[in-house]
Amino acid sequence: MQEVVLALLAKEPSHGYQLRARLKEALGPVGEAMNAGQIYVTLGRLEKAGLVACELEPGLPDRPDRKVYTLTPAGQQRVAAWLAEVTWPGPAPAEFHLKLVAAAAGRLADPLAIVDAQRRELLRLLRDTQRAAMDEPGGTPAGLLLEGVALRLQADLRWLEACERHWAGQGSRS
Amino acid sequence: MNNTPERRVMSETGGSPVLRADRLRKEFGKGDALVRAVDEIDLEVAQGETLAVMGPSGCGKSTLLHLLGGLERPTAGQILLAGSRLDQMGERALARLRRTAVGFVFQAFHLIDELTARENVELPALLAGRSPRAARHRAAGLLEQVGLADRAGFLPAALSGGQRQRVAIARALANDPLVVLADEPTGNLDSAATLDVLRLFDELHAAGQTLVIVTHDSRIAATADRLISMRDGAFVDETRLTGGTRGNLGSLAGLEG
Repeated sequence: MQEVVLALLAKEPSHGYQLRARLKEALGPVGEAMNAGQIYVTLGRLEKAGLVACELEPGLPDRPDRKVYTLTPAGQQRVAAWLAEVTWPGPAPAEFHLKLVAAAAGRLADPLAIVDAQRRELLRLLRDTQRAAMDEPGGTPAGLLLEGVALRLQADLRWLEACERHWAGQGSRS
Repeated sequence: MNNTPERRVMSETGGSPVLRADRLRKEFGKGDALVRAVDEIDLEVAQGETLAVMGPSGCGKSTLLHLLGGLERPTAGQILLAGSRLDQMGERALARLRRTAVGFVFQAFHLIDELTARENVELPALLAGRSPRAARHRAAGLLEQVGLADRAGFLPAALSGGQRQRVAIARALANDPLVVLADEPTGNLDSAATLDVLRLFDELHAAGQTLVIVTHDSRIAATADRLISMRDGAFVDETRLTGGTRGNLGSLAGLEG
């Protein structure tokens, strides 16, 4: 969550409610369960850690003062490191999805390059799994487990194909 | 166009490639309806290499395979198979070359329903002018190799999908082809039959057979020496997959260390 908020701030300094709106847009129904206060709690923690800076924007007659959050240089570094990380499998699809959304929105990295890096890693894992399955005689319980692992990796790879189609359609690789 | 770092996808093993394509192009339709199914592709396939070309349906990978095997003519560009220019050959020479130098494996097997497994495997050798005895001997050896010696007398209808595909692979090998071209060979197979085909490809690879497989099955792609991703008629990514460590398998399967 912290990295996601940081990456969303990389596009431009924002108010908490703007960040919340962007998260809601990126996540759709998946984000419905998110607590409304969660983003402010996260921002508070990030500020304490020196990753974001906060300025008070004076209010207008019909609007109270509000806080504008900006990335600090340390925060920028953290975002760059997060985008370059290849962590699959492990994180939920939402984290990877938000990484692509944030990378594209802030023009921080080519989403297709992130997809390619993940695909290579998943193919490497699938290769290991398939090699192990090929060495296993048919009909053993171990073979069945390997089949399960391979099917999940295949499902992830198919989703990456869908990600690739979507972000290629956004014209980032033309 | 795309950000492929090098235009030519090189084989790393050195030596002259078995199969090579230069600026290969295939267009269908005309005017506004013109589609470039294969768009200026350069490719080299080394002797003994297993190459997988992966991409979504409609990306042009089947067309590419048909061009490489002389089943279709390119609009432009060159194809060299063991130094011979396929794109310049006359129909008869091309037909002869397809029979003797190329082995095809298709998703739907394309076996002849009225012939037994052995007769299907004998056929290419007979068409290439081998004696019935030599063809029969060769077919018996190949069916043994694909693990179907005991099914030699069966008609395709009496075989499972996986068995039919193994017969088709035996048939593709009948004339000791320079290259085996496989189009979606596991597309109609379940997990167990897919594993059988993968094991067979692995054995062929170990025996030095050159293989080009187009597929959207990531299980095949992951076991190839080299993987090329194709989109909109062009190559967009190339990966040389080397095996990692088996140590990953535990955490992959959800076992905590």
